[in-house]
Amino acid sequence: MKPKGDSKNKSYEPILPGTEDWPVVQLSKNRKQFIGEVVDTAVARLSAENNGKNNLRDEIENTMYLEQLRIKQNPWRVDPDDEYKFWSSIKDELVDLAGETNSRAKEEALIRKISSRYAHEIAGNFKKSRYKLAREIVKFGFARLLNATRVKRFGAFFRNEYTLRDKIQITGKTKLLRNLAKKGTVVMVPTHFSNLDSILIGWIIHVIGLPAFIYGAGLNLFNINILAYFMNSLGAYKVDRRKKNPIYLETLKTYSNLAIQKGAHSLFFPGGTRSRSGRIEDSLKLGLLGTAMEAQRAIFKEKPNGKAEKIFIVPVVINYNFVLEAPALINEYLQQKGQERYYSESDEYSSSYKMIKFLIKFFTKGSDISVSIGRGLDLMGNYVDEQGRSIDRQGRFINTRDYFTSNGEITIDKQREEEYTRHLSEVIVKEYHRINRVFASHLVAFVAFRIWRKRYPKLDLYEFLRLPEEDLSIDYETFKKAFKKCRKKVMKLKKKDQVNVAAHLKGKLDEVIKLGIDNVGMYHARRPLIMDKSNNIQTKDLNTLYYYHNRMDGYDLEKIV
Amino acid sequence: MTSKKLSKKPVAVIGAGSFGSAIANILAEKSEVLLYSRDSETIKKIAETRTHRGHKLHKNVIPTGDLSYIANTCDIIFPIVPSSAFRSMMQLLSPYLHPYHILIHGTKGLDLSLPKGETLETAEAITRDSIRTMSEVIRDESVVVRIGCLAGPNLAREMADEQPAATVVASRFNEVIREGEKLLRNDRFQVYGNSDLIGIELAGVLKNIIAIASGALSGLGLGENAKGLLISRGMIEMIYLGKAMGGDLHAFIGLAGVGDLVATCNSTHSRNFTVGYRLATGENLDQIIESMEEVAEGVNTVRIAKKFAEHYKVRAPITEALYSVLFEGLTVDRALQFLMKYPYNVDIDFLD
Repeated sequence: MKPKGDSKNKSYEPILPGTEDWPVVQLSKNRKQFIGEVVDTAVARLSAENNGKNNLRDEIENTMYLEQLRIKQNPWRVDPDDEYKFWSSIKDELVDLAGETNSRAKEEALIRKISSRYAHEIAGNFKKSRYKLAREIVKFGFARLLNATRVKRFGAFFRNEYTLRDKIQITGKTKLLRNLAKKGTVVMVPTHFSNLDSILIGWIIHVIGLPAFIYGAGLNLFNINILAYFMNSLGAYKVDRRKKNPIYLETLKTYSNLAIQKGAHSLFFPGGTRSRSGRIEDSLKLGLLGTAMEAQRAIFKEKPNGKAEKIFIVPVVINYNFVLEAPALINEYLQQKGQERYYSESDEYSSSYKMIKFLIKFFTKGSDISVSIGRGLDLMGNYVDEQGRSIDRQGRFINTRDYFTSNGEITIDKQREEEYTRHLSEVIVKEYHRINRVFASHLVAFVAFRIWRKRYPKLDLYEFLRLPEEDLSIDYETFKKAFKKCRKKVMKLKKKDQVNVAAHLKGKLDEVIKLGIDNVGMYHARRPLIMDKSNNIQTKDLNTLYYYHNRMDGYDLEKIV
Repeated sequence: MTSKKLSKKPVAVIGAGSFGSAIANILAEKSEVLLYSRDSETIKKIAETRTHRGHKLHKNVIPTGDLSYIANTCDIIFPIVPSSAFRSMMQLLSPYLHPYHILIHGTKGLDLSLPKGETLETAEAITRDSIRTMSEVIRDESVVVRIGCLAGPNLAREMADEQPAATVVASRFNEVIREGEKLLRNDRFQVYGNSDLIGIELAGVLKNIIAIASGALSGLGLGENAKGLLISRGMIEMIYLGKAMGGDLHAFIGLAGVGDLVATCNSTHSRNFTVGYRLATGENLDQIIESMEEVAEGVNTVRIAKKFAEHYKVRAPITEALYSVLFEGLTVDRALQFLMKYPYNVDIDFLD
C-alpha cells in the first residue's frame, strides 16, 4: 500500500550545484586553521572569565580530576588510548607550577593544550567523497530492501517501485527552508526520540536539496562502527556528554559558534538527549542554542551595513509509530526521574550487527515515518518570510539587528542574550506542539492509557504501572466512544492551528483505531496494545504504553478521557 | 551625587497624569523629557503655565502630542497611562517602535483580553491567559522586548513636594534596570532593582485592592488595630492571588509589596484609598467615579481578581467582600461583619 495523503513525492534540485561551494566543505578544507581559531577563541574566553588569581589553576585541577574519574569509571571504546597518559602529563605540569606565583602564562598554555585536544576530538571529519558514497548507500541499500520485501517476487530486489520517499513523508515548509538556506545560515532544531534521527535527518537534508549540515552527535554513537561511518560522512561533529567541565563546554560552544559564523548550516537536538519519557521536549538545553544567538550578534557586529547574514531557526518534528528504544528509554526515565547520572549506553544499538538487523526490520515492514518542517524563525522567535525578513505579529518587518543594539550600537550583553535564548526556546517548544503530526498510533495509546489510569485514581503513577497487565482490558465500544471524543478534540485543535494530524487520522473510525493499534510500537517483543479475539483492547507492556501515550502530553486532552 | 549634565538622548513619558508628571520631573533632573498627552488643550496649558496636576514642571520637560516624534528621538520611554487606555495607546505607538527601544511602564493595573464579543460578565471563567499585565500588553502589541516597570510607594502628591521616596525598577534584563537607575536616581529618590518583572507588577496591582479596603475602614472611623489586621491579612491575600497569577513570593515582601501597601493604606492622597473612604460614608461607586479626576485602578482590579479567584479557587475574602460592596450594593458595615466571621484563621501559611 502506498501511503496516502500529503506526502508529495516531489524531487528537489540541490540549491548549490557543486559541493565545492558548501560551507561544510570549506570548513573541512581549512580544518587545521579552523581548529586553531576555535582554540584561540576558547582560551581567550576562559582566561577572561577566570581573571582571579588562582581561578585558572582551579579550573585545570577540577577538569583533571573529573577527567581522571571518567577514565576510570566510564570508559568507552571510542576513547583514545593515550588518555591516561595525557592527563598524567597535565598533572605533572600542574605539580611543577605549585610553587610559582606568576604562573598565569603557563596556566594559559595548559588550558590551550587541553582545549586543543578537545577541539580535535570534536571537529568533524567531513569528506565529500565519503559523503556521496554514504548517501548512495543509504538510498540504494534501503530502496533495494524495500522493494525486495514489499513486492514479494524474485527479482524485485532490483526494482524501484518503492522508494524511501514512500516510507518517509516530508511535510511542512520545505520550500521556505530551501529559500532560507540560500539567504542565510540555517540552524535546524529537531525533536529527538530515536538514534535513528541522526541518519534520518542527514538523509532528509540531502533529499530536499540542501548542502550537508554540521551537527553535534553523541560520541557514544561513534562506538558503533557503522554509525560512525555514516556520521563522519554526513558532517557530524562529536559531543561527549560525559565531559561536563568548563574547558570542554567552552571549546564545544566556540566550535559551534564559529562554524555558524562561517555560514555552515547546523543542526542541534535542543532537547539534549533523546526524550526518555516519549514526550515532545518541553524544556530545551540553552547552551548550543545560545551559540547561535552569540554567532548572530557577532555577525551583526562585524558587518555594520545591511550585508550581515541572518541566522534562521527551523524547528522540525519527527514522528514514528515505533521507537526501537522505547522500552529501554521509558524504564530509564521511570528509574531516574529527575536525577542526572552518568550516561550509560545499554540500549539496543550496542553493536553494528544489532543496528543492521534493526534497520532491515525497520525499512522492510510498514512503519511510516513523518518529518514535519516548521516555519523559519529569526533568533527572537519571529516568523520570517521567503526573503528571510522577520515579521512581527502586526505583519510589519523587523530589523533583527535592533535586538542587539543599545544607543545605536551593537553591544555585547551576556545576560540579555541568555534571556533572548530562553525566550527562543519557549517559542521552539510551542512550534513543536503546533507542527507535531498526530498519528493514529499515538492517539490510541493515549486513549487506552487514560481509560486505565482513570480506573485507579488512588494509585500513584508507579503503583499503577506495577499493575499486572492481565488485569487490564477495555471493551471495544467503550474504547471507541472515548477515541471518537478525543479525535474530535484533536481536530478542533488542528483547526486552531495548535497541532497537525496525519492524513490517515481522518479515515473511518474503526479503521483508524485498527491502524493505530496495529502500528503502535509494532515491533516490540511485548506489544503496548493489542486487540484480542473478542475485540477487547489489552496491553502487554504498560510502561511502553505510557511512553507512547506521553506523545500526546501538553494538549490538555486529559479532561476528555 | 547628582550629575547636572544632561545625558545625550531625551527620554519620554507617555501620559501626563499626576504620577506621569511626577516621574517626568524626576527624569528632568538628568535628561530632556518629552511628556506626551493625547489632549491638545493639556499640552497647550502645560506649555503656557508650566504647572500640571499640582506639579510645577521642570524646565527640561517639553509637552508633546506626537508619538512618532517621541519614538524617533527617544530610546527609552516610560508609558504611564491608565490600564484601560494602555492597549490602545500601545497600538498607536507600536508602528514607530523598534526592538532597540526600552519601555519602563508605571501603570498598576490589569488588562483583560477576552475572545471577541465576550466581556468580564459574560465570560465563563477568567483564566491567567485572559489577564494581561502591562508588560504583557507591551509584548502583545509591539516588537519591544526590553521591558521594565516601576513600582513602590510613590504617592505623586508627596513626590511633587520633593519628599524622599524610592522605587523598584523590575525587568528581566539587567540592562533595563541599569538604565532605569541611571535616569531616575537622585538624592531624594532611591532606586532598587528586581528581576521578577511579573511579580513586581502584580504586587503593585493587587495592593490597590487592599488600599480600597483600608480607605473603607478609615471611613467607618476605625482605628489602628483594624488597620494592622487589614494590612497583614491583605498581604496574605495579595500573595495568594499573586502566586496564582505567576508572581514569586519575594516580590511581595519588598518595596513594591509591603512598602507600597503600607504607604497607600495610610494615605488620604491615594485615589484607591479615597474610593474606599467615600464608600464607607455612604456614597455609591457611580457618584464617586463621576467626581474623580483620575482613575482608581483598584476598582477594575477587584472585578478581575474576584472572577480569577473563583476560577482558580484561591481564598480571597477581602476581594470578595469589596466586590459585593462595589458592585452588588452591600454596605461596608455588612462586609466587615462578613470578614470578621470568616472561618479561616491561620496566621501565616505561605512561607514554606
